[in-house]
Amino acid sequence: MWPRVLPGRDNVTDNGNIKHQREKAALSQGWGHWEVEAAAGMAAPVRIFLLVLLLLGPGGWGRAEPPRDSLREELVITPLPSGDVAATFQFRTRWDSELQREGVSHYRLFPKALGQLISKYSLRELHLSLTQGFWRTRYWGTPFLQAPSGAELWAWFQDTVTDVDESWKELSNVLSGIFCASLNFIDSTNTVTPTASFKPLGLANGTDHSFLRYAVLPREVVCTENLTPWKKLLPCSSKAGLSVLLKADRLFHTSYHSQAVHIRPVCRNARCTSVSWELRQTLSVVFDAFVTGQGKKDWSLFRMFSRTLTEPCPLASESRVYVDVTSYGQDNETLEVYPPPLTTYQDVILGTRKTYAVYDLLDAAVVSNSRSLNIQLKWKRPPENEAPPVPFLYAQRYVSGYGLQSGQLSTLLYNTHPYRAFPVLLLDTVPWYLRLYVHTLTITSKGKENKPSYIHYQPAQDRMQPHLLEMLIQLPASSITKVSIQFERALLKWTEYTPDPNHGFYVSPSVLSALVPSVVAAKPGDWEESPLFNSLFPVSDSSSYFVRLYTEPLLIEEPRKGGLVKRLANLIRRARGVPPL
Amino acid sequence: MGLLSDPVRRRALARLVLRLNAPLCVLSYVAGIAWFLALAFPPLTQRTYMSENAMGSTMVEEQFAGGDRARSLARDFAAHRRKSGALPVAWLERTMRSVGLEVYTQSFSRKLPFPDETHERYMVSGINVYGILRAPRAASTESLVLTVPCGPDSTNSQAVGLMLALAAHSGQIYWAKDIIFLVTEHDLLGTEAWLEAYHDVNITGMQSSPLQGRAGAIQAAVALELSSDVVTSLDVAVEGLNGQLPNLDLLNLFQTFCQKGGLLCTLQGKLQPQDWTSIDGPLQSVQTLLLMVLQQASGRPHGAHGLFLRYRVEALTLRGINSFRQYKYDLVAVGKALEGMFRKLNHLLERLHQSFFFYLLPALSRFVSIGLYMPAAGFLLLVLGLKALELWMQLHEAGVGPEEAGENPPHPLTQGVGLASLVAPLLVSQAMGLALYILPVLGQHVATQHFPVAEAEAVVLTLLAIYAAGLALPHNTHRVVSTQAPDRGWMALKLVALIYLALQLACITLTNFSLGFLLAASMVPAAAITKPSGPRALYAALLVLTSPAATLLGSLFLWRELQEAPLSLTEGWQLFLATLAQGVLEHHTYGALLFPLLALGLYPCWLLFWNVLFWK
Repeated sequence: MWPRVLPGRDNVTDNGNIKHQREKAALSQGWGHWEVEAAAGMAAPVRIFLLVLLLLGPGGWGRAEPPRDSLREELVITPLPSGDVAATFQFRTRWDSELQREGVSHYRLFPKALGQLISKYSLRELHLSLTQGFWRTRYWGTPFLQAPSGAELWAWFQDTVTDVDESWKELSNVLSGIFCASLNFIDSTNTVTPTASFKPLGLANGTDHSFLRYAVLPREVVCTENLTPWKKLLPCSSKAGLSVLLKADRLFHTSYHSQAVHIRPVCRNARCTSVSWELRQTLSVVFDAFVTGQGKKDWSLFRMFSRTLTEPCPLASESRVYVDVTSYGQDNETLEVYPPPLTTYQDVILGTRKTYAVYDLLDAAVVSNSRSLNIQLKWKRPPENEAPPVPFLYAQRYVSGYGLQSGQLSTLLYNTHPYRAFPVLLLDTVPWYLRLYVHTLTITSKGKENKPSYIHYQPAQDRMQPHLLEMLIQLPASSITKVSIQFERALLKWTEYTPDPNHGFYVSPSVLSALVPSVVAAKPGDWEESPLFNSLFPVSDSSSYFVRLYTEPLLIEEPRKGGLVKRLANLIRRARGVPPL
Repeated sequence: MGLLSDPVRRRALARLVLRLNAPLCVLSYVAGIAWFLALAFPPLTQRTYMSENAMGSTMVEEQFAGGDRARSLARDFAAHRRKSGALPVAWLERTMRSVGLEVYTQSFSRKLPFPDETHERYMVSGINVYGILRAPRAASTESLVLTVPCGPDSTNSQAVGLMLALAAHSGQIYWAKDIIFLVTEHDLLGTEAWLEAYHDVNITGMQSSPLQGRAGAIQAAVALELSSDVVTSLDVAVEGLNGQLPNLDLLNLFQTFCQKGGLLCTLQGKLQPQDWTSIDGPLQSVQTLLLMVLQQASGRPHGAHGLFLRYRVEALTLRGINSFRQYKYDLVAVGKALEGMFRKLNHLLERLHQSFFFYLLPALSRFVSIGLYMPAAGFLLLVLGLKALELWMQLHEAGVGPEEAGENPPHPLTQGVGLASLVAPLLVSQAMGLALYILPVLGQHVATQHFPVAEAEAVVLTLLAIYAAGLALPHNTHRVVSTQAPDRGWMALKLVALIYLALQLACITLTNFSLGFLLAASMVPAAAITKPSGPRALYAALLVLTSPAATLLGSLFLWRELQEAPLSLTEGWQLFLATLAQGVLEHHTYGALLFPLLALGLYPCWLLFWNVLFWK
């Protein structure tokens, strides 16, 4: 899938690198002492270097030595088939530095808080997302990057880590502090080690899944307090560039809000001779046309964000706004973008040919005309109230049955492709207090039993670990596949109930990973040059594209103790002289 | 402990129970009935209060102003419905989509066990249409339902209009729970089909297409019935399938908005008594209470909401009444009340659970909690207990002998004979019950071939025939009884029957107080005094008058009397026959338990007493 890093190659390329490695070997002896000296010694050259870099500006790419770090920012605005509007921000910081091996102490664009995490916990990859709402694939189409409602964290550790569980625990606690989220609730009862679903997205030499940890907290509520620390990681914060649009009152006035941080190692150059670190901060929001536009589907940047764009982030080497102007009907004249774009971009995105209007903020002509850029889209003819086009793959999950004893978890997988069957990896994590009856696992497609070609099941242990079920299922063309499994509710100890026990208990969403057949074959392009939204997932071949979807989380009622038990216990506690519950 | 283990004191106690048994029984029965009637009076009824914090102090501002839109949508709906003769599915889909809902349909079909003559349907097939308003602030984990049942006889078009206007108004940012707007065809059958499909279960043999869209766990539901552009009052119905009730907080919520909007709201069609100090107020509330008890005891859903309760969805039905009162409200007032209710339900953090699930309502703002009404049934059941105790002691003393004989031999012998003699009557009466349960529906085709009757009539007449045939059976069930102790046989049988009846009534009372109390009030006196000696004809008449079927007939008369629409005898008989058919149908279509309960439980038990009466 990816060019592998050949360990031997590093030494051949340049002598400086070898020298550097020797230094590092020495460093590992007296680490802390050396770090201080190195930092003091390097400050001046770096400052000069930065000055040079600033003077040269973005135009000086070819001539000067490539900068050690770079920032690209990008906003994609997609009118959705349902009439809503999706806006996806991506801020990508790339740092040509070996974070793991060097005692790096000088940070420029790359946030220090995250960089230190990588070296401290020997991370290979880190993916964290905080989401409110639910991406409705059936009506909004396939997303660039979906995230489950609540918090999701998955990380690959280096194979040098001895106690992965301990590192994982510390990592989640540190992240909890950085992002003001309740990630400290990640423990062994909601952590799993998937065997097939979460492959590394960056460079990887081996994929021994024992170094992977994955957890979802569906109950987590995402709010401005999570957005602020996320914004602070941006080099321009929210002062300039695309990030001026990130105003909390608008971003949380949406149907879907998902912010994420992805860290992964990538190739430094085309031949992949060394490794760079990539930090992608993504933020997706969906504005509801009916709420904000009173039924009209016209939109503008100002109407969505109550801000307009004025200048690019001075630290960014690329700052672009893409607007999806692909027309779905026969008629090209249905929608109009204002101001007219200077360039357009055409490519195969998620299996279909798309056209984007491009606004490059670094191009002086774009902003200077009116001192601000307020992109507007008008529908010449209002789109018909017809059922929107259906994506090839989507899913739905629900609880069947009634009563407080048993029930059934059902997942419906829809393949709407008219003639192509394709396989889907399904990952289910179920809390231990739902006792799964594995013999009741049934998978049916078109009324026939569907045998999965791969099953990995790890049973739960009470109060220790959740159930993990992974399956590779072939979805026949234009079919609905139903995966169902029955469960029985276990009785909890009364201290194990969450606050508001009558709210119910959450079951985290199913995860679907699939290679969906493309309508149009993509032509392989330069990965580094292509827009950010097109380079999230590694591309294996051009005839299909990778999609990861999440179903909705489930809310399940658990049997609760009545008031009588509590009253009795309080009586006993009073007799013991302990404050009542 | 000493009281019971000391033989001297025990004998004294036994003598006391035996001597005072009759007055104690009478006293207990009278106390039970009096307690029940006293439930309507202030010390036992309390004012309702909102227990759920999430709905209490947070007032919402209703902004619904779509009265004209609701009326025009209702007119359109009625016109399309007239044109197509069925639910205008395409029009509904289009309209729902245009107000921003995700729209789905569900087709269902059901062959009833026999033709339903009241609603004129047999092979039913229809289409439910529902639209989901997705809440922006949540991941479809919870939802609320607003449902409008459309039947062939109830057009309900104003309700559809109001629902659609509300849906158009509801596109707001504050929703944290999805809202499902559901229009069902064939009223309750459609609702049942939708609920079963939503929860992916099949309880009643309904055939339906699977649902394409869901919205998580349903927290609460409101069913709406409106058939005119203006209403004079809103009637609220709470009684659900098998006497289940929604959480009292849901009713409190409705009442809050009644008061806020100045709406005239009724319960069981009765206004709230204004004056509690004079006798009129409590008398009126006795009527309301009795109506609720009769309604709840019937076990039939008093509106589409009744079917939601099985799935632990708190629900109630609102009915717009247009009578001859002077002051009328338009749809805006009703819409505002609904909007307010849904916005408050939207605030819920947990399912409604704080307030009562078991209560009686003597008025809209008054309730009787389970702790206060249970003694009424307890007193009635005490009669059975006392009688059983008396019989047991008599049996015991007869066995031991009056002279306190030390020898044990009579014990096993007499007891063995007594128990053996019970097997035949128990088996025969249970078999009669089973026949009553199974044969009418099973044998309807045979009956229609041999007699000139329709299927529904055949079922009802078979039902009555088997019921009556049960009375003729007992004479030949006790041939095996020895002549040694002629009294012991019927005493043992009556003891078993009393315990059986007491157990059944206690169980029923726990789940459906109204049914338990009604049955106890009617069956207990006859059961207590029945014996094969004395004025047998009088006992027989009393026993027949208090048999389950006669109780049903009497309840029908009482019900119509309380509704101020008294029945003549022939009308009453017609209604009785129709009710029997409905009872059997509702068991098969919705899973109502009254019919199997009467056929398999109480009727055989009652036959045992009949058997005691004619013991030779």
